[in-house]
Amino acid sequence: MRQRKRARAGVIGILTAAVMSIGFTAISAIPMTAAGAATTCGKGADTVGFIFVGPKNDYGYNQAAYDGAMAIKKKFPKVKVLTAENVPENDDATRVMESMVSKGADIIFATSYGHLDPALKVAANHPDVCVVQQGNFIKGDVPDNAGTYFGTVYEPVYLAGIAAGEATKSNKLGYVYALPIPQTIANINAFELGAQSVNPDAKVYTVATSAWCDPSKQADAANSLIGQGVDVITQHQDCTSTITKIANEKGVGVVGYHADASSLAPKTWITGSQWDWAPLYTDIMKTILAGKFTGSEFNDNYRVGYKTGQNPFVQSPYGKGVTQATKDLIAQKLTEISTTGSPFAGPVKTQSGGTMFPAGDIPDYAAIEAANTQFVQGVVGDLPKS
Amino acid sequence: MSFTTELMTGAVLGGTPILYAALGESVSERAGVINLGTEGSMLVGALAGYAVTAESGNPWIGLAGAALGGALLSSIHGFFVLWRKTNQLATGLVVLFLALGLTSLFGVNYVQSTINSFQSIDVPLLSNIPFFGEVFFQQTAPVYVSYALVPLLSLFLFRTRPGLYVRAAGERAQVLTTYGRPVRLVQMLAVVGGGALAGIGGGVLSTAYTNAWFENMVQGRGFVAVAVAVFAARSPYKVMAGAYLFGAAFALSPLLQVRGVGINQFALDALPYVLVIVVLTVIGRRGTSPAPEGLQAVFEGGASQ
Repeated sequence: MRQRKRARAGVIGILTAAVMSIGFTAISAIPMTAAGAATTCGKGADTVGFIFVGPKNDYGYNQAAYDGAMAIKKKFPKVKVLTAENVPENDDATRVMESMVSKGADIIFATSYGHLDPALKVAANHPDVCVVQQGNFIKGDVPDNAGTYFGTVYEPVYLAGIAAGEATKSNKLGYVYALPIPQTIANINAFELGAQSVNPDAKVYTVATSAWCDPSKQADAANSLIGQGVDVITQHQDCTSTITKIANEKGVGVVGYHADASSLAPKTWITGSQWDWAPLYTDIMKTILAGKFTGSEFNDNYRVGYKTGQNPFVQSPYGKGVTQATKDLIAQKLTEISTTGSPFAGPVKTQSGGTMFPAGDIPDYAAIEAANTQFVQGVVGDLPKS
Repeated sequence: MSFTTELMTGAVLGGTPILYAALGESVSERAGVINLGTEGSMLVGALAGYAVTAESGNPWIGLAGAALGGALLSSIHGFFVLWRKTNQLATGLVVLFLALGLTSLFGVNYVQSTINSFQSIDVPLLSNIPFFGEVFFQQTAPVYVSYALVPLLSLFLFRTRPGLYVRAAGERAQVLTTYGRPVRLVQMLAVVGGGALAGIGGGVLSTAYTNAWFENMVQGRGFVAVAVAVFAARSPYKVMAGAYLFGAAFALSPLLQVRGVGINQFALDALPYVLVIVVLTVIGRRGTSPAPEGLQAVFEGGASQ
């Protein structure tokens, strides 16, 4: 009897182990390459690997990145494109990337914020592989074969904030976000600053869901915001349809994020921001294939914005409620930001009344990224301390 | 709306999917079968409900599809546990992971589709009652159905002969055998019926609550349902209270956040799970939640009967 019990316990153990490994993409032995003399990473590569934190069809962030990968497949027919979805932001990501390297990948695109540390490990193990990461920031020295890249997402978000500030009647805007990472905080702040620029009374109410895609929590968040009298809602979530549909049903304005979801909110769509990665991915690929990565702009924390051109984050189409005057104003602001201005042009005050940027200051991307660790004045809500 | 009204409205809204699933799990456990695949049945129900609604244009047909999907998945659990005598806990988990894989595979085409979802309906007269009416009678149709389901299920379990068979199967299967009733069939029907209810819970999640389908969208609510069934002693009325308690725990975080209350978001997120532990500890001490004897064997030895 006792033996039978033990046998059963063994079976449970095996099943649990089996179950735990489901969801992890192919795990293979980790080849250890000695870090040798500096080599040109990725020159003439015939395979490129892309990893995504979520599913490729989330109507959002991951889908946009996946579409970019598919564009690479089309643009570089000789290069084999490997993709892995649902790669968690931990050491599993290291294993997935190592397995791609062992399959011949000389270029890796790690496309989620939390993929940075695993990506840097892979870069350290393989000096001949170029590893680029989307959205995070390498602090300190940037290795010869690594870099981060991103669009300046807060720029179109600022422009959308203008449209939201014009549209609101209650002067209450809602922002549903996942986690308090700098990118998100910058978005929320830019949204508020955009709204403020045309409507000094506009306030942004925030709700965090602690998850990139949990539709039930999104529904709760949207309902809570609407309960507070919020009449324009936007979000920073990986999957976006739940909030968009609820807002449309309740007659609340929608500002989109990640993708053009105007078809989901035909009644109340205002505008939004969406991705177009193909041009930037193509540039990065071309530089790497030519053997010119090390020392290039991509071998750094590269930020593309309206000033440099080719911002991969672009404005979504306008909804029917947006007036011509608002559209003209936004066009004018766009020109301003593309030349001499910035969404964070001083004076910008923090939530607690301190100075984020003094009057007359036009901060650059790095300064903006560094300063956005707290909300600006006009944002309602507390940042969770972790 | 006041804070309390909003909190309670959110509790009913978010608690209803958990309520359906926990009622289903209660029936299953009454018959002596614990089903950790409830999370899986909810997932299948969420997808089936969404997909059938998208294809048919009618969310009621969608919910029927959700029930069927949940029932089919739980029948796999029932078959292995009852006929192959596999370990109930391990089988439930395997069934869950099967559901995760299958739904993400077949759900791909529905991520971007839109549906004609359940809308909230104000019940005439009742919805005008202050507080009570706002909380309970400005909801969607599946919520109203659940109000009727709770007493009906209680009547079924404690006042009808089939209900007695279900309980007997869980408590003293030998008695049922002595009376010439097929124990395994009774248990199988309880498991499948429970799965159907969990499926409806998932369907409510996708067609009346979030109006969306996403991979793994149930996010642990099926496990919460199992916990609710256990701590509510598998009694429908207590299950209802427990489900709303968890609904409230989920609803609390955004309500505090929009009011700018400075409470750590991560602490609030942990609240439902802390609640599970607290309640289980309290109940464990008082010894008021006796599991059916058939289930005790599962926890102690891994046998299904």
